[in-house]
Amino acid sequence: MALDSKIPSGPISDKWTNYKDHINLVNPANKRNLDVIIVGTGLAGGSAAATLAELGYNVKAFCFQDSPRRAHSIAAQGGINAAKNYQGDGDSTFRLFYDTVKGGDYRAREANVHRLAEVSSNIIDQCVAQGVPLAREYGGLLDNRSFGGTLVSRTFYAKGQTGQQLLLGAYSAMNRQIGRGKIKMHNRHEMLDLVVVNGKARGIIARNLVTGEIERHSAHAVVIASGGYGNVFFLSTNAMGSNATAAWKIHKKGAFFANPCYTQIHPTCIPVSGDHQSKLTLMSESLRNDGRIWVPAKLEDAKAIREGKKKPTDLSEAERDYYLERRYPAFGNLVPRDVASRAAKERCDAGFGINKTGEAVYLDFAAAIQRYGKEQVYVKGLDANDTKLIIKLGTEVVANKYGNLFQMYEKIVDENPYSTPMMIYPAVHYTMGGTWVDYNLQTTIPGCFSIGESNFSDHGANRLGASALMQGLADGYFVLPYTIGDYLSPDIKMGTISTDLPEFVAAEKAVKDQIEKFINNKGTHSVDYFHKKLGKIMWDKVGMARNAKGLNEAIVEIAALREEFYKEVKVPGDANGLNQELEKATRVADFLELGELFAKDALHRNESCGGHFREEYQTEEGEAQRDDENFAYVAAWEYTGKPSEAVLHKEPLVFDNVKLVQRSYK
Amino acid sequence: MKLTLKIWRQKNAAAEGKIVEYPIDHIEPDMSFLEMLDILNDELIMKGDEPVAFDHDCREGICGMCSLYINGEAHGPDRGVTTCQLHMRMFKDGDTIFIEPFRAKAFPVIKDLVVDRSSFDRIQHAGGFISVNTSGNTIDANTIPINKKDADDAFDAAACIGCGACVASCKNSSAMLFVAAKVSQYALLPQGRIEATDRVLNMVSQMDAEGFGNCTNTGACEVECPKGISLENIARMNREYMSASLKG
Amino acid sequence: MAKSALLKSSIAKKVAMALSGLFLMLFLAQHFFINMTSVFSSDTFNSISHYMGNNPLVQFVIQPILIVGVIFHFIMGFVLDFKNRSARPIAYAKNNGAANSSWASRNMIVTGSVVLAFIALHFYDFWFPEMVYKYVDVSPLNETRYFHEMTEKFESPVRTALYSISFLLLSLHLWHGFNSSFQSVGFNNKYSKSLHTLGYAFAIVVPFGFIFIALFHHFNH
Repeated sequence: MALDSKIPSGPISDKWTNYKDHINLVNPANKRNLDVIIVGTGLAGGSAAATLAELGYNVKAFCFQDSPRRAHSIAAQGGINAAKNYQGDGDSTFRLFYDTVKGGDYRAREANVHRLAEVSSNIIDQCVAQGVPLAREYGGLLDNRSFGGTLVSRTFYAKGQTGQQLLLGAYSAMNRQIGRGKIKMHNRHEMLDLVVVNGKARGIIARNLVTGEIERHSAHAVVIASGGYGNVFFLSTNAMGSNATAAWKIHKKGAFFANPCYTQIHPTCIPVSGDHQSKLTLMSESLRNDGRIWVPAKLEDAKAIREGKKKPTDLSEAERDYYLERRYPAFGNLVPRDVASRAAKERCDAGFGINKTGEAVYLDFAAAIQRYGKEQVYVKGLDANDTKLIIKLGTEVVANKYGNLFQMYEKIVDENPYSTPMMIYPAVHYTMGGTWVDYNLQTTIPGCFSIGESNFSDHGANRLGASALMQGLADGYFVLPYTIGDYLSPDIKMGTISTDLPEFVAAEKAVKDQIEKFINNKGTHSVDYFHKKLGKIMWDKVGMARNAKGLNEAIVEIAALREEFYKEVKVPGDANGLNQELEKATRVADFLELGELFAKDALHRNESCGGHFREEYQTEEGEAQRDDENFAYVAAWEYTGKPSEAVLHKEPLVFDNVKLVQRSYK
Repeated sequence: MKLTLKIWRQKNAAAEGKIVEYPIDHIEPDMSFLEMLDILNDELIMKGDEPVAFDHDCREGICGMCSLYINGEAHGPDRGVTTCQLHMRMFKDGDTIFIEPFRAKAFPVIKDLVVDRSSFDRIQHAGGFISVNTSGNTIDANTIPINKKDADDAFDAAACIGCGACVASCKNSSAMLFVAAKVSQYALLPQGRIEATDRVLNMVSQMDAEGFGNCTNTGACEVECPKGISLENIARMNREYMSASLKG
Repeated sequence: MAKSALLKSSIAKKVAMALSGLFLMLFLAQHFFINMTSVFSSDTFNSISHYMGNNPLVQFVIQPILIVGVIFHFIMGFVLDFKNRSARPIAYAKNNGAANSSWASRNMIVTGSVVLAFIALHFYDFWFPEMVYKYVDVSPLNETRYFHEMTEKFESPVRTALYSISFLLLSLHLWHGFNSSFQSVGFNNKYSKSLHTLGYAFAIVVPFGFIFIALFHHFNH
């Protein structure tokens, strides 16, 4: 099957407009005869549910949490990009498009990225109209900050809780439609399979997590907005419940899975403290605007700090290595995430790590406190030689900007980050890979769409900060509502789809069988035992830096672990009612397959790009080395029964508007 | 650390529940409270018992999914944190810790420590929104300047994570802090003023219908709120409600 | 909005509770000032008491409003407390209320009930005899009887002690009630801090002033 990305013809800046002008529409009276299922209620799913319901479709939305408001989009801290150019610093749609393609290391589809940049400013208008309290300046207008990997200030934010505020905005739009009866909300439900009838997605099988009941739900189209698969690493900044089941189930039913190896490792997370760790906590990348990253310049100092014999504040400027500023003078601490993460790993691997595990670097605000303090002293006309006063005033400014993050850090680490530098280390954060979709956001199964982080998305091999929120909302508010209408227009006279069709019966039986098997397995280890093992394989061999040998080992080990899992997993309790271990088991079962495909994809991509770094393919200075001649394509995998036997399909990437160069942030 | 846990166990919504005692050992101060429960659950699974069901998701204090009434306080003894951010260094070796579900008629127990907070959702359905369509064809975001103080106050109210600690802590099981936060966020913004009258009336009426108690201004909610939502919001909601009643 | 819905709403009840409380505090303040005069001058006390007891506006307009206010405040207090208790059918096995709220705020029903019992005693002591004197027996006007009638009551150490204890609990009731009333009617702004101080001062000065008056007359007559 050849991949058709369905990119409209014409110049890039006109494609989306032309597309919208020529698609088939569904008249308002007919929309109420059409049902749409949306799985996941984060920024993408929530905004799509609200918009489709408002257009008149009957929406059935599903989330595994107890309320749509809890989807993990809520945890995004830093901000959302939009090409508003309110700051007059030269931003434009093209520049946002260009930065995103470049930031993604030239592995994204140009037409999609341009559309994203085009609709970005609508998102801000929309959110403000919805009452999202974005940060403002004293003049009453919206404030912006700058973010890693760009040279303009285009990031809108709401303190360190931008994702929360945007999600609550989408949730409020959903509430309006739930109140009107246009969205039927199914909280505490998990999708466990897709139902395909005559080649088209026509429904899902879901488990009511409270009663344990297996339910059939039909619709004319199914939208997957279930987020990314970062939890394949066990430890990640994803929520505990974040899972790949919906995305993986549609993959097994025929949706191609693209670029699974593109994973973003976020540079500013709180380091692991011990074996008990259940998840990792991210601290907004915005901290890099003011924080300086360093490790000791001398190995013996690093060792002394690890052993607790020295404190970071004991080291003079000369004894510190601000390695990002040293290696990348132009961008300094603001290099993109993949670059910053790898640089931290490089230093720690070389023995300069500074916590007990040797896997942490410093993020230091002392210079920022000084700088702001001096500024305040000057503005207020106070004594410029009073160092205590300068520190006090500077601390206030920093607290104002990042107070909640500093407080969070202190609660977790039990150290005061105003007086001693923070410790940070990269952690798995976001997955650029995901279900392959065409320009319409439709997967290779007709009628099955994938939006937000769950699709392979617009971020190529690396996502820029503050772009995830943008993409989720763009897909849900402004893209899918057009493209799904075009798909649904022939179905207006079809009527409700029966859930008694044999396809529903068969899918339900398969789900029930799997659950029965888990409950009756009576193995020897808990689900977490296997999940942690998988996570360790992934982090050690398929993590920040990969090589062919490790990847080959990982593939074998994951397959063996999967076999052991089915033999030895122990799921207590029964299937009739709330059973959190059972929920975990069905999710980990899918991660154990996805992990293998992930490694297989990483192994086949003989280049380094963005979040995918193959040790064999690097420049002399240790930077990622792309191979545009052989790998400028999207790797879309077709499921054929086993992850190891997945078939590769290539979607060539054509760059007409951006010149491919080696990314340089020097 | 060695601890004694006294945990509420209840098989399902219909079953009777009771406090069950569990000893636990080898707990480190750097662990989070929920990681401590993970360890307990792992032990229970290995022993063939059913693990303790509790709600949690993001484990970074923002999703509002985790709950738990720990030693007589919502989200435990620390301030400004949710249970997932509560660390074991807040406890001493040998402590006995009571762990109960958030209790209110409007928050029925589903299982063990898991409660049903959908009453919060229904209050939001009644008016927790601004009725603009989502086409994006609205006015430019900077057309209406908003006083920074109002914008900041709206943000502070909007920081509510809907966890229900206010209800759990209130001796009356009142949901006023939660409702007031939402009413305030919109009441403070010009975009929200247009529907302010109907919103406050509808949300309060839904709140009352859900069976929450009334506010007697003890201030417990503000103290226990992990996001520091201020009582000022309740005063604002009272004003909004009275003026809306007189108008409507 | 329908009137019935407003009357049933939680916020309206709470505001009504606050307004009746504020009104009762006003009454308390004037009662306090009148009683205080008894410490300095029996004549002043007598003349003000006589005025209050015989002015038709006070007797037939303000007094009934006051009585309705008292009854409303108490009935509403009990109704709300009952309703609030039923909002949590299963109590916590362990609850640490002291961690987040004052004892006074959590026990308004206790302090209020004691004040109610006190009012019963107070009516038995003064108000019923007064009503009987004026409207049943229709005794002749006597402008100087008030001071004596009062000091007579405080001769009993039991009654003086009961009065003192009641006012102690009234103090606790006001400690929360004063500021709570303002919060309920929506007053919470930059002036609130000063108002809080005033509220705490009121909660101490007025009840302890009453205690002082009771003790003063107990020991001086």
